[in-house]
Amino acid sequence: MPKWLRLPPPVAFLLLAITLILLPFLTGATLGNSWVRVLDFVLLYVMLALGLNIVVGYAGLLDLGYVAFYAIGAYLYAWLASPHFGLHLPFWAILPLGALLAGFFGVLLGAPTLRLRGDYLAIVTLGFGEIIRIFMNNLNAPFNLTNGPQGINLIDPVALGPLIFKGNHHLFGFKLTAPYLYYYLFLAFTLATIVIAMRLQNSRIGRAWAALREDEVAAAAMGVNTRNVKLLAFAMGATFGGLAGGLFASFQGFISPESFNLWESILILCMIVLGGMGHIPGVILGAVMLTVLPEALRYLGDWQRAALGHVVVDPNDLRMLIFGLALVLMMIYRPAGLIPSRQRRREFAAEDGVAEQEQADLYDAKV
Amino acid sequence: MDIFLQQLINGLVLGSIYALVALGYTMVYGILELINFAHGEVTMIGAMVALSVIGLLLGAMPELPGILVVLAGVLVAIPACMLLGYAIEKIAYRPLRKAPRLAPLITAIGVSIILQNVAMLVWGRQYVSFPRILPEGRHEIWGAHITDLQIFIVVLSLSVMASLWLLVQRTRLGRAMRATAQSKEVAALMGVNVDKVISATFLIGSAIAAIAGVMVSAYYGLAHYYMGFLLGLKAFSAAVLGGIGNIAGAMLGGMLLGMIEALGAGYIGDLTGGFLGSHYQDVFAFFVLILVLVFRPSGLLGERVASRA
Repeated sequence: MPKWLRLPPPVAFLLLAITLILLPFLTGATLGNSWVRVLDFVLLYVMLALGLNIVVGYAGLLDLGYVAFYAIGAYLYAWLASPHFGLHLPFWAILPLGALLAGFFGVLLGAPTLRLRGDYLAIVTLGFGEIIRIFMNNLNAPFNLTNGPQGINLIDPVALGPLIFKGNHHLFGFKLTAPYLYYYLFLAFTLATIVIAMRLQNSRIGRAWAALREDEVAAAAMGVNTRNVKLLAFAMGATFGGLAGGLFASFQGFISPESFNLWESILILCMIVLGGMGHIPGVILGAVMLTVLPEALRYLGDWQRAALGHVVVDPNDLRMLIFGLALVLMMIYRPAGLIPSRQRRREFAAEDGVAEQEQADLYDAKV
Repeated sequence: MDIFLQQLINGLVLGSIYALVALGYTMVYGILELINFAHGEVTMIGAMVALSVIGLLLGAMPELPGILVVLAGVLVAIPACMLLGYAIEKIAYRPLRKAPRLAPLITAIGVSIILQNVAMLVWGRQYVSFPRILPEGRHEIWGAHITDLQIFIVVLSLSVMASLWLLVQRTRLGRAMRATAQSKEVAALMGVNVDKVISATFLIGSAIAAIAGVMVSAYYGLAHYYMGFLLGLKAFSAAVLGGIGNIAGAMLGGMLLGMIEALGAGYIGDLTGGFLGSHYQDVFAFFVLILVLVFRPSGLLGERVASRA
């Protein structure tokens, strides 16, 4: 950033805060209210991406089953706050439970895979995610736990005291619909996630994760308890996933196994990779881009109608295609991500043999 | 007993298809240490191309015998898939050969998404059905049934595997492939053109995938743009079960996985007292995968240790 653009920190902070507070109104006024929902999803995905970033970016453990934890959080919320079991607990009681349960499953997944790494780990975690999804899809018999492919609906919205996140509310003459309210709730959680992620990175545990990622043997030799540190990474990442899952369930009011398929895990992974792995601003940018881009691509249909008179190719079909192309091109031309951390940029820019070796070993430290 | 035998036969047929797809994974992994995520999609494209050709031929010359029509479909699908596999390697993997391991894995996922969506644009979202033009004889052995198609699938798979085995063990190219798998650098020093060997690996793997794709669509009677994904995952599990990078292992792993799946789906209801039903069939591959990786990461026939990966 050029020097004259650099603001003193308090001013920059204030500007950022005002922007974040006004953002849904600006978006709603310019792009329409449907985009406020997109904003909510952006925040949700920032949370998810930051959570996965702990596992993949900090600790270097490639997890392709992350969406399973998201699903666990969402289903726990649905069970405890919907007519499905007739339970209606408040959200502040369920969210920590969901996070805890997801964290427990994180350890459950982490424990048998301690010895694995690299793409083997990726495949096992992928299998774990699929197993969870298949169970969610089929556990409507012999007793109806998940309601199978139909999913669970009529999930309670978040209620803060008398304020129920549903319908219209009025504040100082502004009309606040549910997406606006959820925006502020998600914003609070997202900011907390960012702070935790930043603090974790510079903590003792964060340094242990970095050591583990760079070289497991050296880390062990330096006294890092690799087993506990790995399990902790899985558990922490899963906790954020579970939290986001609970928020997602209350926001949507409906969940089904379809929302938790492998592509969702891959999407979250791609956010991290596109933005810059292990680097918080990069991860946030990646999450924002990959949530907004598919929505923006919906306009392709309108453009086609305007230019050609009819829709030649359904933009819904094109969205994923463009997404896949973006992944491939990104990896070929900018493999370190859009905003890589300083360390990773150095590693990618390195020309000499030692650094090259380091690159090759980044995700497959040898025993 | 006849149920057991019936499931065993079904498993053998399914397993021989898995084995063919697993070969593609294991060959690429053996040489590049890369999970070629797009391989399942290559199989799907093979099935789709063959079905298009079959449809065209049936429309133009309905009097042709069914076997010839299917054969023509396979003969078009094989070069189409070979071209595709070659292009994937050239465009998506070769530029990244020196990049960190995560990079080609992600392009592989990207290629997979691209192929699925291209297939969806070309062939639509619906299931494409396989016309019933193959002979449909049924035979009975000790109370179990086996169809002509099933026999044909097993025999063809075994012969493809045998030819691949000969190719790898007996020919110059096979020796070059084995050398490259051991060490790209040393192989290059010995005068092996590593790039060509890698291209050849993708060509062979994709050709086999095309055959497997036609088989699987003939067996289930349909094809779908999404079919490659689960098939690919299961085949990869099979490759890991047998010992990744090991060609005989992929064959063994595929057969075993097919049988575990068929027997598991047949008996899980009884074993769990009706708690879990046969729709959990797809879970077996993943459970097997996780168990193998935890207890014997090198697979059944592999000598390598998983920590290498």
